[in-house]
Amino acid sequence: MDIAMKIPQKRVQGQDWTLQREEYRVGLKKAIRGKWKKTLIAWLLLSPSLIFLTVFTIYPIAQSFINSLYKDNLSTLKPVFQGFTNYANLLKDKAFLECFWNNLLVAVVTVPCSIGLAVAFAVFEKGIKRGKFLVRLGFIYPTFIPMVAAANIWMFIYTPIYGLLGYINPNWRFLADGKTAIWAVMAMLIWKQAGYIMLFYMSGLTGISKEMYEAAKIDGAGSFQLFRLITWPLLAPTTTYVFIIALTNAYKMVDHLYIMTKGGPGNATNVLLFYIYQTGFDYWDTGKASAITVVLVGLLLIITCIKFFHDDRKAYYNETP
Amino acid sequence: MNSFTQKHTLQWKKVGTALLKGLMFLMLFINAIPLLWVIRTAFISQDKALDLFAVGLPTLDNFKRVLAAAPFGKYYGNTLFITIGILLVQLVFITLAGYAFARIDFYGSRLLFILFLSQLMIAPEVLILPNYSLMVKLGLNDHLLGIMLPFFASAMGTLIVRQTIKTIPTELEEAARVDGANLPQILGKVYVPLLLPAYLSFGMISAAFQWNNFLWPLVMTDSVSKRPLSLGLAMFAMSYETGAQWSDVSAATFLVCVPLLALFIIFQRQFMDSFMHSGIK
Repeated sequence: MDIAMKIPQKRVQGQDWTLQREEYRVGLKKAIRGKWKKTLIAWLLLSPSLIFLTVFTIYPIAQSFINSLYKDNLSTLKPVFQGFTNYANLLKDKAFLECFWNNLLVAVVTVPCSIGLAVAFAVFEKGIKRGKFLVRLGFIYPTFIPMVAAANIWMFIYTPIYGLLGYINPNWRFLADGKTAIWAVMAMLIWKQAGYIMLFYMSGLTGISKEMYEAAKIDGAGSFQLFRLITWPLLAPTTTYVFIIALTNAYKMVDHLYIMTKGGPGNATNVLLFYIYQTGFDYWDTGKASAITVVLVGLLLIITCIKFFHDDRKAYYNETP
Repeated sequence: MNSFTQKHTLQWKKVGTALLKGLMFLMLFINAIPLLWVIRTAFISQDKALDLFAVGLPTLDNFKRVLAAAPFGKYYGNTLFITIGILLVQLVFITLAGYAFARIDFYGSRLLFILFLSQLMIAPEVLILPNYSLMVKLGLNDHLLGIMLPFFASAMGTLIVRQTIKTIPTELEEAARVDGANLPQILGKVYVPLLLPAYLSFGMISAAFQWNNFLWPLVMTDSVSKRPLSLGLAMFAMSYETGAQWSDVSAATFLVCVPLLALFIIFQRQFMDSFMHSGIK
């Protein structure tokens, strides 16, 4: 329902031109007034969400940026403006840099692993004939377990001697060793995340027609070829979407750290959001914590932009995204 | 390729497929171990909890001790209040906003849409620090309402409703309009019934998120009586340093996990169906 469609476009030969122009003018005016009326209704419908969105997402981002320009910690009575000093200090802060790289490692390792497992689970689930329910439950249940509860359970697994892995080798102390701790934590994250991503792939798989597989089978394709040539390419839109979700999640999941390691040993398992929590609520350094918040928001916005860029590019090839 | 080698490769393919299936079943088992173990530890008597191979009759002693040691009833109440309260408000908000984005051609639609999408990516839980200072200013820290407010607007829910409405033919709305229905009536009588599957899948996602939400309630609450379940569980688990109380922690963990798992099992079919068809792709 575009405005342009409602107004007479072409000059009709043999009719009075001024009359046509008048008709055009009135039509355009009416269409614009109609659109303004619709705009009012739309904004009214959107206003409840919009108000909360502005107050609790947009305003806090602006507030973080402003706070990040001030020195505001336990040593200052009143916030002191200091420009970008907080950011410059972050670059010299070893703990921050460690969190930054840990976060990157978590993203680079857990995202592809979770996606790979999720695809395998979803394809496997589709091929199963009996016991579908148990298979689904077995893979998806971690999604519905609170992160904190999951962390408790995995503590039992990792605890030396008495833990589940203690039955294999009582001397394994994965969480206490700075080199292995982050890998132990990532194993849990993959376990937690794969089932959630599987949901999206199951949804994506229902969109692929059976005929396609049958045709390929007649041509003698094996199951691996079927996957490589049909399933995986046709799941590409799902993969893009899931990739973004998993990537942002890699920066948001921190609850388990509170139980498992508190970011330690040292800062070996610490990530940005948990460091914000520690800086802001344990050390009360509001200026610094605000600066890290701005960095984290910036990272998430970059990820969002990748998505927009991708969508835009896709729009050139495909009319209906 | 002669017929012999053809038969040969076919057999190898079958072996490969069988191996792959076996591997997947193994993974399924490994994936399920944490759940199986926590259930086992929660229901076995305390003195046998540390021995993996001990067998014993299931007992509820652990649960009795847990409920006596911490106010889990209160935690449950708080979490239920938060989860249901947020969901009810969200359902109203996302219906209105989703309809506007799906059906109305208006000035600023692109800009507002991008604004909504940015919330999807950034999410209030990243903004714990500024939101906390805001709540302190509003005097809402250590209030359940303060925990709930940042989640009332949901970009994800709005997108789901928008996608679903787009699949509904406009003729239904036009017919209702001809019959003299106004916008609230159209929304209530035409769209809401058709949106029920979308509400179900969004409801599950939203409820799971709130049930699990931890960091925000952690910074927001000071008093024990305001703690939601996730926070209560964390505090309970943290009060034991050693593995000596595993059966208690397992029982508490089980208590916290059961409602959502039960919901998932009960609504599994509907949830899967609506998840697959409601445009959450």
